[in-house]
Amino acid sequence: MASAIFFLDLKGKTLLARNYRGDIPMSAVEKFPILLSEAEEESSAVPPCFSHEGINYLYIRHNNLYLLALTKRNTNAAEILLFLHKIVEVFTEYFKALEEESIRDNFVIIYELLDEMMDFGYPQTTESKILQEYITQESHKLEIQARPPIAVTNAVSWRSEGIRYRKNEVFLDVIESLNLLVSANGNVLRSEILGAIKMKCYLSGMPELRLGLNDKVMFETTGRTTRGKAIEMEDVKFHQCVRLSRFENDRTISFIPPDGEFELMSYRLNTQVKPLIWVECVVESHSGSRIEYMLKARAQFKRRSTANNVEIIVPVPDDADTPRFRTNVGSVHYAPEKSAIVWKIKQFGGGKEFLMRAELGLPSVRGDDEHGGGMTGGFGGSMGGVGAPGKGAKRPIQVKFEIPYFTTSGIQVRYLKITEPKLQYPSLPWVRYITQSGDIAVRLPDAV
Amino acid sequence: MSAMNRIRGAFAPPRKGETFELRAGLVSQYAYERKEAIQKTIMAMTLGKDVSALFPDVLKNIATSDLDQKKLVYLYLMNYAKSHPDLCILAVNTFVQDSEDPNPLIRALAIRTMGCIRVDKMIDYMEEPLRKTLRDESPYVRKTAAICVAKLFDLNPTMCIENGFLETLQEMIGDPNPMVVANSVQALSEIHETAPETRALVLTPATLKKLLMALNECTEWGRVTILTTLAEYTAQDVKESEHICERVAPQFQHVNPSVVLAAVKVVFTHMKALAPKTVSAYLKKMAPPLVTLIASAPEVQYVALRNIDLLLQANPDILSKELRVFFCKYNDPPYVKLQKLEIMVRIANDKNFDQLLSELKEYALEVDMDFVRRAVKAIGQVAIKIEAASEKCVNALLDLISTKVNYVVQEVIVVIKDILRKYPGYEGVIPTLCKYIDELDEPNARGALIWIVGEYAEKINNADEILEGFVEGFLEEFTQTQLQILTAVVKLFLKKPSNTQGLVQKVLQQATADNDNPDIRDRAYIYWRLLSGDLDVAKSIILSQKPAITTTVTSLPPVLLEQLLSELSTLASVYHKPPESFVGKGRFGADEIQRAAIQEQRQNAAENPIAASVAAAAKGGQQNNIENLLDIDFDGGAPASAEHGGGVGTPDRFASPATVGGLPGAPPQPSGGMADIMGLFDAPPPMPAGGAAAAAAVPANAGGMGMGDMMNTFAGMDISGNSAPPPPGQQLGHAPSPAPPKSGGGSEDLLGLF
Repeated sequence: MASAIFFLDLKGKTLLARNYRGDIPMSAVEKFPILLSEAEEESSAVPPCFSHEGINYLYIRHNNLYLLALTKRNTNAAEILLFLHKIVEVFTEYFKALEEESIRDNFVIIYELLDEMMDFGYPQTTESKILQEYITQESHKLEIQARPPIAVTNAVSWRSEGIRYRKNEVFLDVIESLNLLVSANGNVLRSEILGAIKMKCYLSGMPELRLGLNDKVMFETTGRTTRGKAIEMEDVKFHQCVRLSRFENDRTISFIPPDGEFELMSYRLNTQVKPLIWVECVVESHSGSRIEYMLKARAQFKRRSTANNVEIIVPVPDDADTPRFRTNVGSVHYAPEKSAIVWKIKQFGGGKEFLMRAELGLPSVRGDDEHGGGMTGGFGGSMGGVGAPGKGAKRPIQVKFEIPYFTTSGIQVRYLKITEPKLQYPSLPWVRYITQSGDIAVRLPDAV
Repeated sequence: MSAMNRIRGAFAPPRKGETFELRAGLVSQYAYERKEAIQKTIMAMTLGKDVSALFPDVLKNIATSDLDQKKLVYLYLMNYAKSHPDLCILAVNTFVQDSEDPNPLIRALAIRTMGCIRVDKMIDYMEEPLRKTLRDESPYVRKTAAICVAKLFDLNPTMCIENGFLETLQEMIGDPNPMVVANSVQALSEIHETAPETRALVLTPATLKKLLMALNECTEWGRVTILTTLAEYTAQDVKESEHICERVAPQFQHVNPSVVLAAVKVVFTHMKALAPKTVSAYLKKMAPPLVTLIASAPEVQYVALRNIDLLLQANPDILSKELRVFFCKYNDPPYVKLQKLEIMVRIANDKNFDQLLSELKEYALEVDMDFVRRAVKAIGQVAIKIEAASEKCVNALLDLISTKVNYVVQEVIVVIKDILRKYPGYEGVIPTLCKYIDELDEPNARGALIWIVGEYAEKINNADEILEGFVEGFLEEFTQTQLQILTAVVKLFLKKPSNTQGLVQKVLQQATADNDNPDIRDRAYIYWRLLSGDLDVAKSIILSQKPAITTTVTSLPPVLLEQLLSELSTLASVYHKPPESFVGKGRFGADEIQRAAIQEQRQNAAENPIAASVAAAAKGGQQNNIENLLDIDFDGGAPASAEHGGGVGTPDRFASPATVGGLPGAPPQPSGGMADIMGLFDAPPPMPAGGAAAAAAVPANAGGMGMGDMMNTFAGMDISGNSAPPPPGQQLGHAPSPAPPKSGGGSEDLLGLF
């Protein structure tokens, strides 16, 4: 429960506020920037909620804004913080981007939305598709006055009735992103696959959908013999349209989809995966005046697949200059704004291996000397540190890529059954698979 | 209209300026101009300008068919109703009409706004519209009206009860629409919380069934509401608990993390009644969703991590295989990183410590000082927690100390001190530590090193030189370091009496004559007296074997933990503090006196968070260290030691186990005299001067007096102390001074209050 919601600029000035309960003096917000900077002085770790004089401040940051909720009670913190994120989501759909300007330009509709999304401090409707049906930027005359869509309060609160398409089509995208943490000596410290099935649904009426995957647990519970590979998903999360109790009972994924684009489900696999694009790096420091990077990248997937738009981002010291590169494929450029060199390879075939060498000059005498040479760099900000001590962390090498027609986990859509009892139209599901780099971090080795 | 004229008169309108223009627009004959003016007025309001003077003019525009305009006028009303309570009555008519409009959007808007205009006059007219809208055919209107009952109760509980709105709401739990159910439950639960005597929300097996039905159909927020209510429900029997868990567990798969946390809370509460086998099955089921929470937005992650910390304290094994999930990402916000470290240490076991240790070493080389320190501390915690890991940890710490980064060195020394308290065998590292003696500027680190020097004085050749250096600057040191110097020098003297007598005299002199901190003075007197008597007795007391510590990982007291587990996902579970300690004044209809008392305490707690944290630290410290150290050794003296522990308020003494280790030292055999010495410590603070004088007198006579006689004197004082314990408030105020006999009980009471 939130007593009031504020939109503040980064200085803590209120841009817009909505007082839902009137049980907290609105002036309490003036303390927020003060409290925040006091807390920041004390420690670098300022939590997203704190309490002061009986008032609790819960906030998130988005672009150049703070979204702040105040409450007096022992509120459900997860709920309120998520609600703030939901506001960002809905407002972004409405105004393209949520920032200072868009708040100023759209205050009328923002008040309307805030009223609809929260009542007396309790979150209500936050489904932006449904909100867009009755809260619009055009004004209404009496004759065509908007009415609350039935969906607002319906059990199927995400889909309106009476949707019509000439061609009934469904697009399924199975997108897996790979998160990896690799130590400097090449050990995979942590690997996880975050998968998502995204849908674009252009179906008429109230269609009932049933999705079949090669889910190991389902095969086991139904006693079906598996043909081919089955996968074991660690934790599955569903869009609210999916009937959770049915999934719990017999692992059937059945639902009435929202109209248009949405994320049907997400899943996680903790299985050990080898890095699809393996990066090895040697850093050589020449008496503190020059630093050299030698990179080897290898594609560790089948020859018939290709990774597109590969980017390998290697952090370098802040004040490096005069970059020189040599590579047998792709292009390399120095991005001083990110303090990194970026190696781009448009197409990276399976099984291939490429090399790159980069050399940069260092103007100043570096901190590692005073820490007894080759000190692993945290403090002096040398080897890959962001620079100024106390700011930023030791940055890893990042790898980005996309591999179409391929999933790391081997997940497969076995079927998607679509039935609309009244209209009984034929419909076509389309399925695409893609693997992406998620958060791939290879820790930079110490300079030798 | 007379009211209107009066206001008009009061705010004699200026002829130009923004307000004038707006007013002109608001009364324009053209609709579009009026609408534009309203928008501008709201804009000015948003910018924080006071446009309340326009109240009457804005109000004129309330009867409009333009929905947007109506919303804006209503918004204006909500904001400024308080400044023109009389004029609000003019809007009543429109509200009542709107609440019967054919469009449900307008009916809902009217009832929602009426509840937000917190003016008595408006409340009087709410009765009829609210009654009608609660029975409205549109669920959208009903769900809005349900919340409105809570609004009305907040303003006028009597009216709400007299009109039977609570009963209506209770019936609405059976509404066919899930959102109406959720909002009714929400409203009732709020009313129940503010005024428990209304018994607004009492679940019966029948309503339980309805809630479980609605759970699967309502919005994510509705699910949170229903799940929260289910968590508070006391099941009739095991079967019902089983049923609730079965029905709620599928919610673990919900995409919204707050639904997941709420579901975890329900299952965690209700599974207690189930068979151990089922319980472990549910715990196993809980793990993957908890892990997935770590992928949510950082703020939500933080809440999840704080909650996982609580769950791990209750069930240490649930995530033992998931260590890697908590590895810090380089771009995690600092508050997430620190919390992840806490959790990794909790998960650490003899199978995964290698992995953890190599991560921790990595973190200790980062640049964020707080994070680095915490990582170093974590290495020490792992060493003490897992014996098999200790050697690797010590080596890692030695590697770190060689980086010579100042704050790393200091933290490493503090950590190694704790490791030595568990594994005295690692004394080989001491020479390395001593090299950094000049770089330590934090009292904690200095204290730790001095403790080590004192404890291992016989093995350090130049211990006397090192300590001499510290005695030189004794008076400039922090209290905490002074205490350590004192103890270390005395230990040194007992171990190497040959050439250290001068040093010990010097430090005792400084501590008693040139120092006015009673803590230090009293400790010095104790030593003085012990040293003037039989040195073997002194040795057996001061150099006695101290039991090894078992852990340096802090845990919440079981009672608090239990309470916080029932508050999962709330602010209390994030702060790790009971709600009473931070929630402001509420409404407590039940017992006025109790209410006043509780409020006062809350006030105190809010005003004096230090006292609260001291009490908490005292309690924690007592459990971790004092009990271990003193209770075991003192058969007869156990209560005294407990009192001592509870009474001394400086958190440092508890946080720094070295201090405890450096206390006079516990004799291996229980001696009645020792208990009495503790009694002396317990002499009441109102007379510290007297106590000190008496104590000062003793050494003078000590030559003639037997040890036993001395003890008797103290015993006498102890009794007199008992007769006049100061009020508890004063006890905490006098925290650093020796605490009175009752202080243990006193602080226990205080803890009860928090």
